Amino acid sequence: RQVSLIRQSLFDQGFLDEQFIQLEELGDDANPNFVEEVVSLYYRDSVRLIHNLEQALEKSPLDYNKLDEYMHQFKGSSSSIGAKKVKAECTQFKEFCMAEYREGCMRTFQQVKREYTTLKKKLEAYFQV
Amino acid sequence: MTLNQQFCEMNLSDGKGSMSSVSSVVSSAGWRAADVVADNQFPAGLRVLVVDDDTTCLLVLEKTLRACQYEVTKCNRAEIALSLLREKKNGYDIVLSDVHMPDMDGFKLLEHIGLEMDLPVIMMSVDAGKDVVMKGVTHGACDYLIKPVRIEALKNIWQHVVRKRKNEWKDLEQSGSIEDGDRPQKQAEDADYSSSVNEGNWRNSKKRKDEEEEVEERDDSSTLKKPRVVWSVELHQQFVAAVNQLGIDKAVPKKILELMNVPGLTRENVASHLQKYRLYLRRLSGVSQHQPNLSNSYINPHEATFGPMASLNGLDYQTLSVTAQLPAQSLATLQAAGFGRSNTNPGVSMPLVDQRNLFSFENPKLRFGDGQQQQMSSNKQMNLLHGIPTTMETKQLANLHHSAQSFGTMNMQVNAHGGQRSQSNSFLMQMGQPQSRGQILSETSGEKVLRLPSTMEQPILSSGLAGGVLSRNGIGQNGRAAGYPPVSQTSATLNLPINHAAEFPSNSFPIRSTPGICNLTSKGAFQEEDNSDIKGSAGFIPSYDIFTDLQQHKTHGWELQNVGLTFDPSQLSNSRQTNIDATSLVLDSQGFSSSQSGRNGNASVVNKSLYSAGVGTQLVNAENVGQRLNNLHVDNSIRVKAERVPDPSCPTTLFPEQFGQEDLMSALLRQQQGSMGPAENEFDFDGYSMDNIPV
Repeated sequence: RQVSLIRQSLFDQGFLDEQFIQLEELGDDANPNFVEEVVSLYYRDSVRLIHNLEQALEKSPLDYNKLDEYMHQFKGSSSSIGAKKVKAECTQFKEFCMAEYREGCMRTFQQVKREYTTLKKKLEAYFQV
Repeated sequence: MTLNQQFCEMNLSDGKGSMSSVSSVVSSAGWRAADVVADNQFPAGLRVLVVDDDTTCLLVLEKTLRACQYEVTKCNRAEIALSLLREKKNGYDIVLSDVHMPDMDGFKLLEHIGLEMDLPVIMMSVDAGKDVVMKGVTHGACDYLIKPVRIEALKNIWQHVVRKRKNEWKDLEQSGSIEDGDRPQKQAEDADYSSSVNEGNWRNSKKRKDEEEEVEERDDSSTLKKPRVVWSVELHQQFVAAVNQLGIDKAVPKKILELMNVPGLTRENVASHLQKYRLYLRRLSGVSQHQPNLSNSYINPHEATFGPMASLNGLDYQTLSVTAQLPAQSLATLQAAGFGRSNTNPGVSMPLVDQRNLFSFENPKLRFGDGQQQQMSSNKQMNLLHGIPTTMETKQLANLHHSAQSFGTMNMQVNAHGGQRSQSNSFLMQMGQPQSRGQILSETSGEKVLRLPSTMEQPILSSGLAGGVLSRNGIGQNGRAAGYPPVSQTSATLNLPINHAAEFPSNSFPIRSTPGICNLTSKGAFQEEDNSDIKGSAGFIPSYDIFTDLQQHKTHGWELQNVGLTFDPSQLSNSRQTNIDATSLVLDSQGFSSSQSGRNGNASVVNKSLYSAGVGTQLVNAENVGQRLNNLHVDNSIRVKAERVPDPSCPTTLFPEQFGQEDLMSALLRQQQGSMGPAENEFDFDGYSMDNIPV
């Protein structure tokens, strides 16, 4: 089926990890679309976190602790839906924060956003099928 | 032996009586002791409370836990979690909490829970760094899971609940004799955990086992069905005294038990309490980073500062500040301080080190009548409370809610506890006083003189509250008693001997909380024997054993001059002046001694009021304050008050010079007399029972 193909590619390409599978398994008769619910909640909730990060990144000098804190939250959230690539970028970002490498943080954040948006589109497409 | 039996722990503190949460689980989940493992139903129905600020994670966790057939309650704020836990004391079996939360650090929540409810807590985070995990271990988490949490990991969390119960049960059976040798169990179970900290788990479980032992009074447990043993302030003081006497390195449960000579207390109880105490000490000395708040808070002179006191854990200062007299602020401060609650600096758990600082802050703040300081004689007093993890204290403090009037003594009370915890005392003192009033200065170095705010307009009940608060703070802060260190040795002095007889039924305070740290039982909080009033107050002092101890000296108790922290009522005067900052005790002694002069009656009154006032930073008008202040800090604070209390009502002359607490006390008492009266006592302590403490 198309759905399963799409789904499989998401895994194969590393967008999703086994946590996503677990979410799928958590769906039951009462909540057949649990995965979708969670993903929607994630994208809704994370807007705020992304916004916080963007604002914090505009400051000068950068408050690395705050950035790390925000990113930590974002990472936790992303990991709970199985957003593999997003999570990887978050980890990278946090490392740059620890190193207080401004350039690295800025760059990585862009990647975080990119992965985040890409995944969103892919999942939307997937759910619609 | 059935699990049922196990569950019939005697929980003194838990007013709910009897059944521990396990019992409730048993009833709710239909467990049967022996079948707990074999039962197909178990662990279905396990009541889990999950706390995480991230909504997505929370939803996923809730669903996953439900998939394990647990009964799940979720909340996204630590404060809410705490209030849920407090409302339904036995309503949950286990707590899962995220490490990083905006409103309260997960570890702090962990400590609170450990002290107040002693439930197993599992930490979670997307962060798997060794340091963080280690922190979980040291703070007493029974496990640490990495996010995203897999369902397999959650399927095993029930083991922590069973393990805990089993250990408690074991204590029941083996009270007194065994070496905890056979806790063989379940350590290996960690193996199939999917958690990432197997080793930590193992250690945690072991630790937990030890920790569990404190409850259970063996004989009665099955019949009494009382809540598990609570380490009341008094009991804790005795414990600390014993430990100090033996020397922290040589203190073994058996000897401690012998020294304490408390009927019904088992070696296991002591062993697990000792373990917690050690953790607390370690934390106090090692963990100073958390406490920055404390010091800061303390420094804030006035009310706000009490925040740090927060360590008190959840003491509801409001309860404390019941007395009308207490300025709202002081209450707030106290609360903040005591509980680290939302009001103020949540983070107070200061390690002892900080506590010292606190005292120093306190000094500035506390300053009562500056002149008085001397009077306070043993500055040491201030430190009285520290050391004692105040969970208990806070509770007690809460109980202290003082009768507005009575407060004069209140501060003292607080101090009482403080004896050991000098810190607490200082805090208490601080708290007691309405912020602006003569803050109690507790000198950190031992001379902490508690200055009670002298606002004399209205008797500030610094007493009980202050004392209690302080003690609490001192202790509470560190969560686990690290507070002792400064005083440490002296803490012994604080022991409010159970002998106080006069006092109030020690059990009156169900202070259950502190698992290990100072459950200062309120034993007879006031030692006052001499003060007949005190007796009356017995009602109120319950939680502060210290007070009772203080009482003991009755008239001379206060004289402790150097008491520094020794709570020992009998000794008040110096029995142990040990490390505990004499200051704290001093407070007691000082304040009281002065007041001793015959004022006992007054003192008692004062004390009572103090206690009732809980926070009454007020006036410790000399006598009463002194006397009641159960020794430790109270005295100091009281003294301070005495000195300072410019109360219009109190003869001003009293203060400055004499300070003899007596004078002050008497002055205070006089003022308060009308208001105080034994009746006041009554209510104070009602508040203490932990259960009553409004959360």
